[in-house]
Order: sequence, then C-alpha cells, then structure tokens
Amino acid sequence: MSTFMTGLTFELFCMQLLTGVALGSIYALLALGLCLIFGMLNVVNFAHGAFFMVGAFLGVYFLGVTGNFWFSLLLTPILTGCLGLLTERFLVRPLYGRGLDYPLLLTFGLSYVLIEVMRITFGIEGLPSITPDGLGGSINVGIGYFPKYRLFLIGATALIILGIWFLIQKTRYGLIIKAGAADQEIVKVLGVDIAKVWLLVFGLGCAIAGLSGILASPTRSVNPEMGVPILAESFVVTVVGGMGSPVGAVVAGLLVGVVYSMTSLFFPDLAELSIFVLMAVVLLIRPQGLFGKAGAMG
Amino acid sequence: MNSLFQLIARNRVLASTIFLAIFPFIMPYEALAINILIFGLFAMGFNLLFGYMGLLSFGHAAFLGIGSYLTGIGIVHYGLPWGVAILTGVIGAAIGGLIMGFLAIRTRGIYFSMVTLALGQIVYYIFYKAESLTGGENGLRGVRVDPFNVLGIPVDFLNPMVKYYIILFFVVLAIWLISRILNSPLGAVMEAIRENEKRAAACGFDVAKTKLLVFVLSAGICGLAGSLRALHLSIVPIDSLHYLQSGQAVMMSILGGMGTFFGPFVGAAVMLYLEDVVTTFTKHWMAVVGLVFMFFVLFFPKGIWGTILSKLQINQDSK
Repeated sequence: MSTFMTGLTFELFCMQLLTGVALGSIYALLALGLCLIFGMLNVVNFAHGAFFMVGAFLGVYFLGVTGNFWFSLLLTPILTGCLGLLTERFLVRPLYGRGLDYPLLLTFGLSYVLIEVMRITFGIEGLPSITPDGLGGSINVGIGYFPKYRLFLIGATALIILGIWFLIQKTRYGLIIKAGAADQEIVKVLGVDIAKVWLLVFGLGCAIAGLSGILASPTRSVNPEMGVPILAESFVVTVVGGMGSPVGAVVAGLLVGVVYSMTSLFFPDLAELSIFVLMAVVLLIRPQGLFGKAGAMG
Repeated sequence: MNSLFQLIARNRVLASTIFLAIFPFIMPYEALAINILIFGLFAMGFNLLFGYMGLLSFGHAAFLGIGSYLTGIGIVHYGLPWGVAILTGVIGAAIGGLIMGFLAIRTRGIYFSMVTLALGQIVYYIFYKAESLTGGENGLRGVRVDPFNVLGIPVDFLNPMVKYYIILFFVVLAIWLISRILNSPLGAVMEAIRENEKRAAACGFDVAKTKLLVFVLSAGICGLAGSLRALHLSIVPIDSLHYLQSGQAVMMSILGGMGTFFGPFVGAAVMLYLEDVVTTFTKHWMAVVGLVFMFFVLFFPKGIWGTILSKLQINQDSK
C-alpha cells in the first residue's frame, strides 16, 4: 500500500505491468508444455517443474563453459527433450491403461530423483545466474527504462508460442497430434504409429520445460529447489486457463504473471498468495477454468 | 498363515493396538518409533480419502501443518493446556478441510490433485507470512508440555517412552474411529464412489456431500497427526505445510498399499526406516526414496501390504 500512497507514477505502473508480462510469459510457456502432454497423453507431468530446473542448470552450465548463450539456448532443450523421451519410453509408457493417477505418481517420484541428481552434480547452493552478453542493462522503451533481458524474454517466448501454434495448427504433425488427442483408435486405424507420436509429444513438452528453465535462469536464482514452487504456480495457470486448452494456458499464464507483479507493487506481502486466490475465485465461478469445456475435467 | 492374516483383518483395531504397544521395542530408538506412529496416522488419514474414495489430494500437508501450528500457537502464545491445544489443532484442520474440500470437490480426477496442491500452497503462504505468530521461515519454537500427574502418577513428556504411549493413546483412538467409519454405511458409499461415481449417484447417494464429509474427516485425522507432531518435536517447521510433505503421505500410502487398512502405516514405517538407514550413508536420501517409490509405482502398484493381501487372497470385504 505504501507505494500507492507515496510515489506511484504512470511509468512505474507500466513498468510493473511489463514485468508481469515477462513473468507471465514463462508461466505461459510452462503451462503450454503441461497442456500439450496432458491433451495428448492424459498425463499430468509432476516432474515438469524438475525439468524446468534441469533446464536452468544445464543452460547456466553451458553458458559458463562455452560463453555462448545461443548455443546453450539450443542445446538445453535438446537435452531435456531427450530426457523426456527416455522418461516416456521407460517410465510412463508401462503405466498407460492403469488409470490417471499412476503416471502422475511416477513423475512425482522422478522429480525427487532429478532434484537430488542436480544437488549431487552442482551442489546444494546451485549456480550463479548469468545474464548473456548484449542483453544486460536497460533500454528506453518510451515510458522509461526496462531491463533488456526481460524484453528479450517476452519476444523469445512469443516466438516459441507462435512456433508451437504453427506446429499444431498448420502442419501434418499437428493434425496427427490433434486427431490423436480426439480419438486415438481412429488414428491408429489410419496407420499412424500413435506410440511414436506420444513419445515425441512428451519429449517436446519436456524440451519446452527445459527451454523455459534456461530462459528464466537470468531472472531468478538457480538452485535444485527452484522447480518446486514453479510447479504449483503452473498448476494454478492450468486450472485458471482450463485443463487441456492451449489458448487458456497462454492467456492464464500472462494473467497470473500480471496479477502477481501488480500485487507485489501494491501489497508486497500478498504477492505469492494473490495468484492462488485468483485460482480460488475462478474455481468458484467457472470450475472448468476460463477456456475449459465443462465436463472435460476427466 | 492365511487364517492369521484373516484374524488380524477381522480385529484390526485390537491387532494394531497390540502391535503398536510393542513397536518401540523393535525399533532402533524411540524417536523413530514416535515419528512412524505420527506419519502412519497422517498416511492413514490421507488414505481414507485416496485409497477408499479414490480422491488423490496433494494438499494434505495443509492439515498436518494447521494441526501442528494451531496446537503450537495455543501452547506457546496462549498457554493452553496441551489437551485443549490438540483439540484446537484437530478442529482447525477440520475447518480447513471444509473450506478446501468445498472448492476442490467441484473438480475431478487429475484436476482435483492440482487444485488441492495449489490450495495447500495458500495455507503455506498464510502461515509463512504470519511471522509474529508462526515464526515464519524459522518455524515455531518452544512447544513444551510441562510434567503433570495422572491419578497421582507423574508423567513427564521428556521421557521418550512416556511420550510414545501418550501419543499412542491418541493414535489408537483415531484408528478406532477410522475403522468405525469404514465399517459404517458411509464406508460402503465411499467405496461405491471410488468404483463408479455416476452409478453411486444413480443409486441415490449424495456424492458431493459424501466427498466433502470424508474430506473433512480425513483433514481432521491428519490435523491430529500434526498436533501430535508439534508436541513430539516441540517445534513446528514451516516445511510441514509444503506440498512435498503432502507427497510423503501419497508415497507412504502407495508404498504400503492404498485402500488397505494397515497399508499406509506399513508404508510410513518402511519409508521412515529407509530414510533413517540411508541418511547414515549419504545425505541424498531423497534420491533413494524417489527411486524406491518409482519402483513400486511401476512394479508393485498394490504396495507391500496390498501385495501380501492379494497373494494370500484375503477376503476383499475384511481388508
């Protein structure tokens, strides 16, 4: 409240709004990855936050070793994606047909293991986050100075989200993914190897989680526990947006980011709480989420 | 062998009382036995909802935490007698369960798990921010129980054996309650909802009301576990409220055997014992626990106790 009384200017308000969008784009990306896996495989990936954390670690590590952010930005999602492929093939696949709870429980156990593996490899303190060369400092955006990296973050996420949209809406692969989510039997009859599609979708979802990890790494501390709160927050985004709705994931991601950053401007103590309260309100009014279909909450 | 198991299953409250009475003597030290007792109760309370009604909550740490904190706050800040403080914890957790359950039962399946997890985090941040009452990040310290007399016999909580049997008294009370619930018509409706919700509704049962009632009962039992934990540790760590703690209840139930009466307790005992042994070798016990858990999800989804029961083909009704 203090900021409100003393020095709230239009510029500060806009800056905070933009910060919210930057934060929200990470949420949107994470929720999109969750949504992709859920929509296709009917699996909630409880290790999504852990993949995010692994992505941040690998990203910072490669950036430190090679000094090249772009190389690191390319390599990290490939590695987390491969980790996702292995997870689907050897851990999640044996559990299909055993109900919705088992893959969820398995990935929860996996998140424990991934957290410990990172502790063993990089130590419990984690790594110092690095802002890549050329993206440090601030830039005048017309109404004031805004960190360059956050602008890059917003642009990069927008590009990735557009890319995923293009993949799903405009390509043959997207058609198969959509058809497979709607009716896997028919797709199988049409001669598509659905198991391979599931494998790739899970891998893609994990690659996106890893990518959001490296993208977020310069804006937060990189430690083994960093994926734990972010998983809860991604769930809030998924619940608010509506489970299995990609549009919902993006809109709710941005909304949650903005709500968080606006609350931290006016009532800093309530910032973490605000997004959960937002979720409770949405649940009361629309249990299926803003863009979810009623009855599709399986 | 088979008839022995059936005898245990038929007299489950008596059997657990006898077993728990000798339990501290087969454990390496009392503190571990008390810990298992408390987390066994936590997992049993959770299993009422998950194992018997099929609702996978990832927010039950909230009730463990509310129970712990209200009991602790009652003793530390208001000087309540410990019995009253336990009651405060249990009632508070049940009220918390009523609110969380009211919101969460509007959703189904995986969605329910995600919503309970997120709602549990609300409770975490509330207690985290209320620093003057809860000690925030450092947790609440100084939850002490002064020595008192029962029928002229002095009782001192600092003696671990005495503490064990006092806590056991409350745990047995709760086990008796759980057994009564499961044997009652409510227990039958719960299992009907787990097997087929639509059919249960078509049979005329009020599914929403049953779900809410069981959610509240389960929350209250987990709250009791929390209250007892505060007395046992004499501190309340903020981690009690974290969703990873909710995950512990889930892991214990699966490890032991969800939907079985003794399963969650077996799971708690195995997991805490494992943790105790592993920590003497390495500080990375989470990796071991995680791997063991994944192994069970993949290969023994019925858990330890559940697998034993199905091998012996114990009558489904009496498990």
